[in-house]
Parts: sequence; C-alpha cells; structure tokens
Amino acid sequence: MSTATGTVRFVLDGEIVAIDNPDPTRTVLQYLREDLRRIGTKEGCAEGDCGACTVALAEVDRSGARLQIRAINSCIQFLATLDGKELITVESLRGSDGSLHPVQQAMVDCHGSQCGFCTPGFVMSMFVLFKNNARPTRRDIDDALAGNLCRCTGYSPIIKAATDMYALAARRTGQQSWLLAPCAPGNICGSDERARKDRLVSIAHDETLEVAWRGRRFIAPRTLADLAESLRDHPQATLLAGGTDVGLWVTKELREIETLIYTGAVLELREITTSKTHLEIGAAVPLTDAMPAILAHWPDLEELLLRFASPPIRNAGTLGGNVANGSPIGDSMPALLALDASLVLTKFRDSDPGLSQRSLSLKDFYIDYRNTAREPGEVLERIRLPLPVASSQLRSFKVSKRFDQDISAVCGAYYLELDGNRVAVARLAYGGMAAIPKRAEACEQALIGREWNVDSVHQAMSALEEDFSPVSDMRASARYRRAVARNLLMRFYLETTAADSTRVYNYGRQSLA
Amino acid sequence: MDGSRLPEGTRESDAIAGGAGEAVPHDSAHLHVSGGAFYTDDLPEPRELLHLAVGMSQRAHARIKSIDLAAVRAADGVIDVMTAADIPGVNNCGPVIADDPILAPGLVQYVGQAVFAVAAETVTAARKAAKLARIEYEELAAILDPLTAIDADSFVLPSETIRRGDSRKAIDAASHQLSGRLHLGGQDQFYLEGQIAMALPREDGDLFIYSSTQHPGEVQHLVANAIGRLNKDVVVECRRMGGAFGGKESQPALIACIAALMAQKTGRPCKLRLDRDDDMIMTGKRHDFVIEYEVGFDDTGRLAGIEFMFASRCGMSADLSGAINDRTMFHCDNAYYLGDATIVSHRCKTHTVSNTAFRGFGGPQGMFGIEYVMDDIARHLGRDPLEIRRRNFYGIGERNVTHYSQTVEDNILEEIVGRVATTSDYARRAAEIRQFNATSQVLKRGIALTPVKFGISFTATHLNQAGALLHIYTDGTVHINHGGTEMGQGLFTKVAQVVAEELQIDLERIKITASDTSKVPNASATAASSGSDLNGKAAQAAARKIKKRLVRFAVEHFGVEPDEVAFRNNAVRVGEETLDFAEFIRLAWFARTSLSATGFYRTPKIHYDRATFSGRPFFYYAYGAAVSEVIIDTLTGEHRLLRVDILHDCGKSLNPAIDMGQIEGGFVQGAGWLTTEELWWNERGELKTHAPSTYKIPVSSDLPVDFRVAMFEPGLNQEKSIYRSKAVGEPPLMLGLSVFHAVRDAIASVGGTGCRPLLTAPATPEAVLAAIEALHDKEAAA
Repeated sequence: MSTATGTVRFVLDGEIVAIDNPDPTRTVLQYLREDLRRIGTKEGCAEGDCGACTVALAEVDRSGARLQIRAINSCIQFLATLDGKELITVESLRGSDGSLHPVQQAMVDCHGSQCGFCTPGFVMSMFVLFKNNARPTRRDIDDALAGNLCRCTGYSPIIKAATDMYALAARRTGQQSWLLAPCAPGNICGSDERARKDRLVSIAHDETLEVAWRGRRFIAPRTLADLAESLRDHPQATLLAGGTDVGLWVTKELREIETLIYTGAVLELREITTSKTHLEIGAAVPLTDAMPAILAHWPDLEELLLRFASPPIRNAGTLGGNVANGSPIGDSMPALLALDASLVLTKFRDSDPGLSQRSLSLKDFYIDYRNTAREPGEVLERIRLPLPVASSQLRSFKVSKRFDQDISAVCGAYYLELDGNRVAVARLAYGGMAAIPKRAEACEQALIGREWNVDSVHQAMSALEEDFSPVSDMRASARYRRAVARNLLMRFYLETTAADSTRVYNYGRQSLA
Repeated sequence: MDGSRLPEGTRESDAIAGGAGEAVPHDSAHLHVSGGAFYTDDLPEPRELLHLAVGMSQRAHARIKSIDLAAVRAADGVIDVMTAADIPGVNNCGPVIADDPILAPGLVQYVGQAVFAVAAETVTAARKAAKLARIEYEELAAILDPLTAIDADSFVLPSETIRRGDSRKAIDAASHQLSGRLHLGGQDQFYLEGQIAMALPREDGDLFIYSSTQHPGEVQHLVANAIGRLNKDVVVECRRMGGAFGGKESQPALIACIAALMAQKTGRPCKLRLDRDDDMIMTGKRHDFVIEYEVGFDDTGRLAGIEFMFASRCGMSADLSGAINDRTMFHCDNAYYLGDATIVSHRCKTHTVSNTAFRGFGGPQGMFGIEYVMDDIARHLGRDPLEIRRRNFYGIGERNVTHYSQTVEDNILEEIVGRVATTSDYARRAAEIRQFNATSQVLKRGIALTPVKFGISFTATHLNQAGALLHIYTDGTVHINHGGTEMGQGLFTKVAQVVAEELQIDLERIKITASDTSKVPNASATAASSGSDLNGKAAQAAARKIKKRLVRFAVEHFGVEPDEVAFRNNAVRVGEETLDFAEFIRLAWFARTSLSATGFYRTPKIHYDRATFSGRPFFYYAYGAAVSEVIIDTLTGEHRLLRVDILHDCGKSLNPAIDMGQIEGGFVQGAGWLTTEELWWNERGELKTHAPSTYKIPVSSDLPVDFRVAMFEPGLNQEKSIYRSKAVGEPPLMLGLSVFHAVRDAIASVGGTGCRPLLTAPATPEAVLAAIEALHDKEAAA
C-alpha cells in the first residue's frame, strides 16, 4: 500500500487550509458554522433536501486545463472529502470592496429574498449555474434550483434573478476574479483561474489519505489496488461514495461509523468507457457525469434523469452508490435492470497479490431489503450497460408527488425488442413495488412471443399481480402502486405506438425554453 | 416608480427616497444574499453555552410508568437533565388555555411530545444522549382522526354553531339539493429556519431570551410563568425569523420555555435548536378537516340555504384552535351570499400534535368548503362554475350581509373577477379545453377561476392594538421599534417607509431594530395579516407626536405660525427659511425638545359578540381572484400547472415589490397545500412525513411557465387604513384554490355530464387517480 497522510488539505478564499486528522464524519456545514463561525451557510434539514446549506466545490477538470465547479449540500458532505478541492461559500462571493456579486445583486434587484434563510443556498446554486451555463433556458434554471426550497417567494423573482444576473455581470468591467466571470463559450482560462488551478495542483497528492480520530477512521485510497487492500484490512468498513445516504446515518441517526473507506479519490473508479458492446461506468462516477454518457445512448431517459434527485445530490452521489446501496426506491435500478446491466465486483487477492474480479448480473445482485450479493472485502468497480440494438426501445417512468427531487412511489422501466410486431425480448423492472428493485418476470413472460398490441398489454398488466405485492406507506398506498405499475406499462405501449403525448411533463415542452 | 402610488400631496420631484408606496427592496436583502443576516443560531455564542435536546414521547397516548435517565446523564458531554418535576413555575406553554405541558407530567398525548430535556456541551452530544432514555409506558386508547373524536365525544373546546334563518326549510324548499363529505388535509409551515431559542441568565435570576417568534410578548409571559417569575424579569428579542407562516405564533413558547428552564437550572446560557425532523414531529401544523355540507339552490344555481359541518383535527390541546375554527366558520362564505345558513364547528381532540396557526388561520379551510359546493352546483346543473360563482357573489346594497351579521361594504368582487376573466381569456380557453379533452385520450386539461374575500382583523377584538417607539438622534437619524416581528414579509421595511414618509426623510436615515419586549410591551402576535396595518399606524402616531413637538419648537424658536412649518424632502421649511432635517433636529434638541415618543393604535369600528357570533369582526375585506389551468395524466394522476393569472387587491400598496412577493408566494404556498403537500400518519399515530425528503413543498419547476400576476388598480382601501393600503399576508394563499378546482375540472372531463368527481385534498397523483377510477367504476356500474 502507498504511503499515507492524515492531513486534509483544501482551499478556502485563496488560502490553503490544512487540518490534521479531523473528525471523520464532521460535515462541511458543521466545520463552517461551528469551527469557523462562518454563519452565512445555513442548516435547513441536514439531509440534503432543502438546499439552504449549498456551497460550491471547484476541482481541476479531467482535461487538467480548467476548473470545474459544482454545487453540493454541505450538510451531508464530510469535511475529509474536501481534500484537494476549493470550497466556495456565500461569503466568498462578495468583492473585497464589499460589492455584491452579480448573482447576489440580481437577487436584491429582483426581490428574490424574503425571510432570507434559503437565500445563501439559492445564491450558490445560481452562482454555479452562472459559471457553467451561458444562456440557461427556464428548464435549465428550474433544474439548477431543483435542490433549493424557498417557502416565501414562490420562486418567480428568483427565476428572474437567474435570468438577469448575466446582464449585471456584463456591465462590470475590469474584473479580475474568476468568480465574477460568467460562463461564456470559448472563455479562455484567465489568470485568476490559472492561479486557482495551480493552487489545487499544489495540494494534490498521491498517497492515501488516512484520517484517524478517537478510534475512528476515514481512508481515501487513490488506486483501486489500495482500495481493495484497505477493504481487506477493514472488511467491516463502510464504503463511502457520494455520501448522500451515509451522510444521513450521521446527521439523522447519529451513528458513529468506525471506519469509512472513501471511493471518490480512486481514479480508476471515475472512468467512463465505451466498448463495441458496452458502456462502462466506474462506481465512483458522479451521477452528473454518468447521465450524459447514458443519455447519449438512451435519450428517452432524459425525463427520468432530470427527476433524479437534485444537482447537488447528483454532483456528490454516484451511480455506483445508487446501485450498491440497494434501496428499493433508487431511481437508476429499474432502467439498469431492464437493460440487463451487469456489475464488476473486485476484491484483493491474497494468494497471488493483485485484484480478483467477478461479473454479476444486476438481476442477481439484489437479495433482500438492503441486502446484496456483495461479499465482505468486495467493492463495486464498474457498471456495464449493453449498448442498444437497432430494434430496441427503452423507457423508464418515475411517479412521485413532485416532479423534482422526490422519491419514487413507483418507478417502472421497460425494454422491448420487436421482431416485426412480435415481442422478441421484453424486460420490465420496477422500483417501489417490492423490498428490492425487481424484474417483473411473470409480466415479461406474458409478453414474449406475443403481438405487441393492446390485448397483449392488458394481459401483461394483469400478470403484474403475480410479480408484486407492494406495501402502503407515506409515499403511496399499495392500491395506487399496483394501479400505476399497470398503467405505466400502458403508457409505454402508447409511447411506442401512438404519436400522442402521454406525459404531462412533456406537454407544451417547447414553451419551457 | 409609479407616481400614482404616492400619498396625496407628494410629488415625484421633491419626494424622499424610500417613502410610502415605493418599491424599495427588503431592508435586509443585501444581508440575505451575502450571508450577513443574523438569525438566532447565527448570533455569537456566549461562553459556557449549553446545547439542548428534547426527549420525545414514542407513544400517541400513554401513561408514563417510569423514566430512567441514568444513561442520558452518564452520556459524553452531558451537563444536566430535566423533567416536568424540575419546573419551578407553571408547566404550561399553551397560549389561551393552560392545557399544553412544556414537559409531559406523566401522561403523553402524542408521538413527539416533549418528555425531558438534556443539556450538553455540543449539539451532537445532547441529541445522542436524548436517545438513551428508557421510558416505560402504559398504553391508552388513542384517537387519531376527527371523526373518531366526534364519536368519542373528544373535543378540546365546545362545538359552536352560527345560525341565520331556517336553513333546513330553505334547503328543503329549494328546487335542487346536494350534499357531500369532503376530506381536506393539513399543511406543515415548513419555515426554512427551524424552531430555536437561546436563553441567557442575567443578574438576580432574570433571563434574556433570543427567540425565533412571531409573538415575543407571549414567549415572555409564558417563560416568566414557567420559571416562577414575573413578566418584568424576562426580556425577549427577535430581530428576524427565517420564515414563520403562523408556525411561530404559539409554538416558539415551548422551545423558549425549555431553554429558559434549563438556563435557570444550570445558570448557564442555553440554546435549543430543533433538528428538522424533530421540529416537524413536535410542532403544530394547519388543521386538517372533514367537511359535510347540504345545500339547496334554484335552477340558476343561486343558494337558498346551506348547512355546513366542520370537524377539525385540533390535536391534543386547544392552542389557538378556538380562534382558528371561528375563522373557518366566518370564511365558509368566501365571496358568496349564503342565504339561510347553519354552520357547525367541532374542535376535535386527537392524540396527535396540537395543530396551530398557519397563514389563513382556518379561513382557507372554510373557503375550501364553499368553493367545493359552488363547483358541485355548477357540475350538477351542467353550467360553467364561474357562472355559478358570479351568480352567488355578495350584492352591492342588497344580499350583502354575512351570516355573522357584518355588512360587506367594500365589495369589488365583480370588478376583480370580471377583469381577470377577460385578461385571462377564460371563456375562450375553457371552450378550447373542452375540445382538447374530447380528443385527447390520456391527457386532460382543466381550468378554474376562484375568488378570494378575506376579512382583516384579529377576530378577538382586543388583539387589534399596537405600539411603537421612535427616537430621533441629534444627527437626524431615526431608530424605530414596534410590536411587530419580521419573518420575511417585509414588515420592518414597510413600517420604516411609513416613518420616512411622515418625517419626510430618506429611508436610509432610519434604523430598523429587533422586536424587543422591553421597548414595546404587550404586543399582539404578528399575525392575521395585521402587521403593517397595526404597526404602521402605531409608528405613524409616534412620528406625528414628535412632529407636533417639533412644530411647537419651531413656532417658539423662529416665531412663525404652525402652518408655516413643513417637513419636506429631508428638510424642514420654517417660514421662508429651509433647514436641513439634521440641523433642525439639532436645534430642537438644544432647545430641550423631547425627541423620543411612543405611538399607539387600535383598530376602529370593530366589535363582535362571540356568544352570538355576530357583529363586525373585520375592519375591511381584501379581495383577489386567480385563474389556473392544469393538465393531468389519467394513467397516473400526475398533473402540472400550465398557466396562472392573478389579480389581487392590495389597496394602495405600501410597497408594490414586497406586496407582489406576498401575492406570488402566498399563491404557491396555497397551491402546494392542495397538491403536493401531504401529511401522513401511520396507525400508531406517528407522522411519517417529517422531513423535506417525504414532505414535498413546491419547487421552482412547479411554478407555471406562464405566470401572470397583477395588482388591482387603482387599489384603495375604503377604510382609513395606513395610507389606504390593504393587508396582504394571508389572502393570496387562498388563490391556490383555483389550482385544486382546475384539477377537478380536468378529472370531470373523464366522467359524463353532471358528474361530480370526489377529489380529496391534497390532490396528489394518488388522489387524482382515485377520483378518476371512481368515475370509471360509476360508469361501468351504470
């Protein structure tokens, strides 16, 4: 194993901050508010659902040439995961002369704050939009703000501010700060951006970060081999990817996690590759990066992916985490099951030191509620998605009380290959219908070999009764889940056969621009 | 700015900056956006501060057999633990009736009720320790919904009835009768800043309390009672809240009392900040209702008589439920002349959290009832619901007396509704939607226009009073304080604008300061939309008092007549001479003129006899109307808001930008209440929607792309309110009723003519699909 350091290094307001062995589960928000008394960033829910705690993180991008900036929820992000990054908070935006950032000024001018408690979080989400999107559409703005709740304004003035902030920035001249430069096509790396990048390069390191604090540990290996070795040494360790679930174990359940092994710094796990037959997504690839890769092959998944959590959650959370966590209501799994995705699981091999890998169909991964086929010492390395064939169709529909950032009552996914009008392959999978994300095998059998018509679909809808006996809870009753599971199959049929739109969220979509 | 909004006699050319009517930004906007605004948790923490956590009941209804707190006391970082037995004063935080224990004295009456409190060196240590208690319960039968409560004769307060004429006879004699039972959900306030208080011991056993509260005076009184001291021994301050919406009217007393008691017990400063989940489990919400109605009407849809039964879930104690349910009874007419009416209201006691104030204060639930009835009548007669609504509007000079005997004198319903029906192109769109629905199989659209008429004043007449305290310093700057609190609604900005207008100085010369019980005593809660009306007038009175003294000074000092002294544009004209305001003030001070004054206001004209439910509880009414169009998916029940047109009456607005924020924000909150926001309890009485992950308030994408909001022009309050403005805090919330009825309109297109879909609120996708399935079943049966 490589050498290790216990010092977490990151940048804040141009200064390199080095913290020796912090509490492994101290959150960024606790650090800001309690240790620094930097109180601009607020706690609204401590679970990543309200956005009052939103801050931005800058990293050197994959090309190594530019800074990449993203919003995250500081309330569930562990401080140690800041290692190697630049942290930007609402206080960072104000100019040294006290002047407001264009994003902040636009919020004042548009009356975008009332009680003001959510405002710092909105400002940070808007700031990230400002840096990443030169001309956002209304849908882009809605998406950028999907993780921020405001209870006062009704959002209208905030949306206007997000539109007006660019014009305010354009009126400022002679600005040197990278923070003040809006995203612009072909915008070249300015001197401030270069300086910031160099600072990040200067704190980058190759050794494993191993924080120890009062008998608890946070280990962030840099290579897959080191990761596997750490896991061999600590087979009971909790694997931490984006932390969008594990964070809540700490903030809500007040759990003390003895050992955390963080996958986010392992370069091999952050790769996306495409072979002739498969798209392969590394387990630590954030959802924000995984999504465009998936959409390139399956554009019909766009609505599902838009509805998947919020940008701050997608920036931290990973596809691998979503899959490996095994929640029955994870939004990616029905589609992955319908695609017949498989997993590569890796562990340290003692006998002939190195790595041993095995491949497992995703269908066989889920055993029972939050119980998977991952063995002690194993880590999820990649998710393999077979590429689409010419005659195939795929849809995944999520149903929840709210369009954005809600948890599915039911999520259905439908994969179909037709031979003429005969069903050659049908794979259907559902979330929210059982203790695990699960294929609807009886329903599939009712379709395979049949004509793709209304009669077959009705029979298949009835067959779903054999596949699932869902429960009632705060998201939906069992009765509703059953009805919707059936009706979503009908929606799939209609979408594959009729030109008529069947989705309210698509209706009049052109006007969203 | 629009010159027409300026008070009479003020011209643009010599206007001050930031006077009444100007659309200035919120006074704290620059702090909000830069993270510089201090909320209670942001205040510098005193040395030796202890952090508190609350141990909560795990049972809906049970006797506590034993509490073992040994493990709590022994936990890391714990300094002290407290139960009901440790309370030296009165163990109550109920605002009206003393039925709300701070810490459960042996009987628990809801899951989440505070049983004990723990003080520790850190927040995490306190919260971890609170989980270590071992409590043995003897379970008792729990009542978990209003209808069961009625059967069990379980009420927090006696049932009430308003009667006018003989409704039974009127209904029976009418050519048509309809009846129904409606289920209407509650709503969590979901202020972004959770409940919090920090108590600081002062000398001689006194306490200073920072509380996030709409009612500092009440927190002061209840804390004093709890610690066994008097009001004079406690000071409560609140600079701002991160949202409140009624949720911080009575609820903060619990939080502040716990912090105060622990500060008294330990002698150290104590802070209690609730975690979001605990906040949602432990504190009250909008009342959910079961509503039954029976109505008689003629062929044109005009009401002859109506009977309403309102049963609300009050929870385990009375809290503010009396006044809330009274307002439900008052507002079950909304904009309509009811004819003969019998309104029955049951205030049901359930073993759930005690429900409380929330924007509208029972009014929205009453209006939900009558709007549903209007919709039912229209569908029954096969008429456009808007036609039926207009048919029943209060008349002008006739049919203008409410069922509680107040004459509606300021009726502008037809003007507002007529105008928004035209600007929204309601009739053409309604026809176009019918065509769309005839051909579209899966997706259906719906449209609805609903009006709002909302009574302004506390219905408890004595609460309609306010005080203010105003100082002018020798440099001509001003310090203003009043009994109102700032929760984001812009009250501080508006009151400062009033003072700027009165003294004719720029707004920037005025410092707005924290609400403070030691500056303005015995203030009412900032509630009932009354903040600007009451406190604006009180501040105006204070400013006028000082102005009077200043005029007297000028008369004596300069030897002029009183009418030769005029305050205008940061200056004072004295005869032919004009002095800068600051210079003038310095001279007045030198001549020993008092530059500090209190102001007081009490709302005129109102009177009301609660025994007979008659009188004039409201000073005036605020009006508005909204047209909403939605699209629904008949396969899943999902829906989306496509377009909204709003026209709302703010009188002569004190600040059009701030008032616009209230209109838009209120509408969205009302729409959320009736669509995505669902409170869900399990059979053990545990609330399972207690965080934003499970309780869904609207987000940006829920706002329609086509959102057209306007203020009624020219607005003017017929009553002599502050600069003839109208209250705007609560009324716009009820504009959200249009969304619910648009959804119902879309659902109705699935059934045959005359169908009346049974839609529960909130209209979640599940509720919508259930309504659609019921229509399908009915058709199959027919």
